[in-house]
Amino acid sequence: MTPSTTEIVLTPTAEDHRVARHAAAAIVLTVAEAAIPLPLPGVKPGLANIIILVVLARWGWREAVWVALLRVLVSSLLLGQFLAPGFFLSLTGSLASLAVLGFAMHLPGRAFGPVSQSVLAAFAHIGGQLLVARAWLVPHDGVFYLVPVFALAATSFGLVNGLIAARLLQEASAPAPQQAGV
Amino acid sequence: MIPGPALGGWLAAWAAHLKWGDVLVLAGALAACGFSAVALWQGGRPDKAIIKAGGRVFAEVDLNTARILEVPGPLGATRIEIQPGRARVAADPGPRQYCVRQGWLSSAGAVAICAPNQVSLALSGRRADYDSINY
Repeated sequence: MTPSTTEIVLTPTAEDHRVARHAAAAIVLTVAEAAIPLPLPGVKPGLANIIILVVLARWGWREAVWVALLRVLVSSLLLGQFLAPGFFLSLTGSLASLAVLGFAMHLPGRAFGPVSQSVLAAFAHIGGQLLVARAWLVPHDGVFYLVPVFALAATSFGLVNGLIAARLLQEASAPAPQQAGV
Repeated sequence: MIPGPALGGWLAAWAAHLKWGDVLVLAGALAACGFSAVALWQGGRPDKAIIKAGGRVFAEVDLNTARILEVPGPLGATRIEIQPGRARVAADPGPRQYCVRQGWLSSAGAVAICAPNQVSLALSGRRADYDSINY
């Protein structure tokens, strides 16, 4: 058979597979999290960020961006939120936290671990979302009334997610994967 | 609650992932929470009470110390009571007593008007959320 001249052959690299695997894990966490009833729109654990933190630490910022943006796109499609206001809030939050992570990853690793990155990224996340919400969805300063609530949520969920990411990273870098009673 | 040895160990295992910089960032984050709560949630606290009689300012008093003012009007004296952080019209000679029944005013922008006696009591603050007339 003569090979078609118009055929496009895509050979996924190892990096592509890795991005797809991590994005899939992040999407699963996002969809699972969407089932949790939330007291306030916007206050959610953001468990997918655990995956982003792990990818950032192990494979670098570029891959973390891929995973994060694929996560936003696909989970919005799955949840029927694509191009809805929630999608843009999610996208802005993601972009803001990725930008901050790009700086936070260069903090000296001796003193600052995944918890620092997680908390800083969580604050960037709510910051970006609040600015979009203020400029577009709720054009009134009343949205800022909720800032303390969002800040507290970012602190606590940032801490928890960062701790889980730190633990996953520690276990991934352990020399031999012995059966630990987790 | 006294954490048992199992819980203590569990917490210690998680705390082992915290570096000193992380603690610093967490402290900063908590400070941001506290600061934003103070800055954004206390804007409605009143600073002073403005009492008017017959359209003119009768007195401006701060809300730090408790005191009672007698404000003269066409029907008689309206008694205004000030306490730390709040104020009310305690007694008024008007027929319907609307301003008395409003009770204590405690947020900036709140107003009690005793129209028949031409006396009003208003609380002012750095930032008023709303006024009593226009909810």
